[in-house]
Amino acid sequence: MATDRLDVRKTYKLYLGGRFPRSESGRTFEITDSKGRFLANAARASRKDVRDAVVAARKAQQGWAAATAYNRGQVLYRVAELLEGRRDQFVAEVAAAEGLSTRKATSQVDAAIDRWVHYAGWTDKYAQVDGGLNPVAGPYFDLSVPEPTGVVAAIAPQRSSLLGLTAVLAPLLVSGNTAVVVASERRALPAITLSEVLATSDVPGGVVNLLTGHVTELAPVLAGHLDVDALDLTGCTGTEVDTEELERLAAENVKRVVPAPAEEPAFDAGPAGPARILAFCETKTVWHPKGT
Amino acid sequence: MSQTETETETETVPDVATPTWEYDPAPEARELAHIRSSYGLFIDGEFVDPAGDGSFATIDPSTERHLAEVALAGGEDVDRAVAAARKAFGPWSAASGRDRGRYLFRLARLLAERAREFAVLESIDNGKPIRETRDIDVPTAAAHLFYHAGWADKLDWAGLGPQPRPLGVAGQVIPWNFPLLMLIWKIAPALACGNTVVIKPAETTPLSAMLFAELCQQAELPPGVVNIVTGAGETGAAIVSHGDVDKVAFTGSTAVGKAIQRELAGSGKRLTLELGGKAANVVFDDAPIDQAVEGIVDGIFFNQGHVCCAGSRLLVQENVHDLVVDKLKRRLETLRLGDPLDKNTDIGAINSAEQLERITSLVDIGEAEGGERWSPACELPSSGFWFAPTVFTGVGASSRIAVEEIFGPVLSVLTFRTPEEAVAKANNTPYGLSAGVWTEKGSRMFWMADRLEAGVVWANTFNRLDPTSPFGGYKESGFGREGGRHGLAAYLAAPALEG
Repeated sequence: MATDRLDVRKTYKLYLGGRFPRSESGRTFEITDSKGRFLANAARASRKDVRDAVVAARKAQQGWAAATAYNRGQVLYRVAELLEGRRDQFVAEVAAAEGLSTRKATSQVDAAIDRWVHYAGWTDKYAQVDGGLNPVAGPYFDLSVPEPTGVVAAIAPQRSSLLGLTAVLAPLLVSGNTAVVVASERRALPAITLSEVLATSDVPGGVVNLLTGHVTELAPVLAGHLDVDALDLTGCTGTEVDTEELERLAAENVKRVVPAPAEEPAFDAGPAGPARILAFCETKTVWHPKGT
Repeated sequence: MSQTETETETETVPDVATPTWEYDPAPEARELAHIRSSYGLFIDGEFVDPAGDGSFATIDPSTERHLAEVALAGGEDVDRAVAAARKAFGPWSAASGRDRGRYLFRLARLLAERAREFAVLESIDNGKPIRETRDIDVPTAAAHLFYHAGWADKLDWAGLGPQPRPLGVAGQVIPWNFPLLMLIWKIAPALACGNTVVIKPAETTPLSAMLFAELCQQAELPPGVVNIVTGAGETGAAIVSHGDVDKVAFTGSTAVGKAIQRELAGSGKRLTLELGGKAANVVFDDAPIDQAVEGIVDGIFFNQGHVCCAGSRLLVQENVHDLVVDKLKRRLETLRLGDPLDKNTDIGAINSAEQLERITSLVDIGEAEGGERWSPACELPSSGFWFAPTVFTGVGASSRIAVEEIFGPVLSVLTFRTPEEAVAKANNTPYGLSAGVWTEKGSRMFWMADRLEAGVVWANTFNRLDPTSPFGGYKESGFGREGGRHGLAAYLAAPALEG
């Protein structure tokens, strides 16, 4: 009988530079379901793990940004394809993590898959929407285009473990940024399973680095890290972390900051255009003379 | 004609590149600028005395002559200015875009009508040559007003989210290098988008801002929409940290910009920063060398190098280093340094004793660190603040003059061999405001433009600015853009991130 079978359980680890290491600190913390029942131990990332993740993200950034927009679109679409294939697994994990009925968890997973498809389609469009020719008063060809900011550190939403994570992560990848993401602290397991999808899709190693652990411990390290270019604090809402201090730390190298909202957004409604993509873009303007 | 004959002939051709004649002075009429003996603050549409009795002097940096006493605004004055701006915000933001645009069009026209007066005043107060204030600062400022006037009734179609809304009261702090132009860069988009402003000009260059206040009165701009408070760092800090200011825009040094970002942490205020730079100007061996030399000169000696986007690091491909440096030196011999109001003047005065001191000390460090210093034969006036155009060759990549923003007429020359090395050296800085590239090869130009981490890349040109063209930095040169459609985003509520 199938019910007699003892299941083989998974060790949940970090996702760092395309690999799945444990925390260098050797620490873990308990993840429970919404009713407090033990689900698994997750790796409790350390300051050193954060630094390693930033190194991996920096190393991968130029290559990811140099991929063609069409290629990045296909890679992000591939994530949706693989998510679809593991839909049941994600429904079960999201249901357990968030305490949702199967029906509600299914709608969260479907929305997350849709979100990857949505952003896959933006890669070769946002530059035309945001950029353009500037009609300067002189004989110059003058063009403005959005470019990725670089390495973005994001705190993933605490409540919406998969959809919220996707809503924050996918748009920052569109332009060619690479990411260090701290997963929802208490609902971390869907994030780690998502990293398995990323690892087996065509997203190059290091483009997404996913850490589990205590947000109050990890966020300040990311906010003060001089090789992080931008900071998304969306997921700090509902945590104990001092976001004012994070913003202060971010000033040390003039990071671009998306502040923490008063309440965690309802991600179900869908993204508001390219706003999250452009929050992590820089406008580059190129002047070239016209002449014979 | 044989090669030998050509050479012989060349030797007998006189050197026409270096003029030997004397120029007669050609001064612009100083009387065009009416400088009052003292200036108050411009709050709620009126010139008013400050609450305290503090004032400071503004001087002509080319002569050190005292020009006027200017009111020093304290916290109470800033409160008053912010209150006036808050009161004006309701009606101003509710006014039709058409009417807001009309006021800005009026200001654009009024400024253009009095352009020469503004140019003379700016040259006197700042020390920059009349050629630049007349041909660049003032007309570009008028163009910015005209450009943004046209946006005021078209914001719904700017592609910056549905139902664009203004932010409220904008607190703005600007530098002394382009006093009027920076004032307009800040005021024009803020007003077009429906905000009201409290703005502080730099303490060494307040006069053109106070003259602009007169234009606001002549344009019958509603009182409180533009408030101008004068003072130094403390006045700026009072604006930035004021609880009723919704948006802060700052142009100035990276150190102060970081302090402001820190100060605003957790406040929810919107912030845009336009900070320092250390731009690379990259010259490849196939570049049109004579054009490139003009661009190098324009890049670093325009406005005495008091330009955040100045091309202060010249990266020359090794095989043309000597040729470029020789031609550059010959060209610099022809620059004329002196009276800013003389129409023939290329290089004016350094803006302040403090800035001169900073330039001098960094140049001394450059020499101590082994750089080879060169300046053209150049007589400096006996009074005022002056610094001869200076070129350093043999500069190490980690030398302080190659790393730090000098904000003066000092060029550091470094070399590279391959395009990859040029990119690596150009990007090896925490700054990212601008960059220049000189090459005749189109594919290489775009390859470079893709890779340079800079908000503005000038290809076979340098230091071009236009109201339609977004300007602003990557990395520690700040965030946000000024000019163009992108510049409006700095003065509109951020679009929702989620639907």
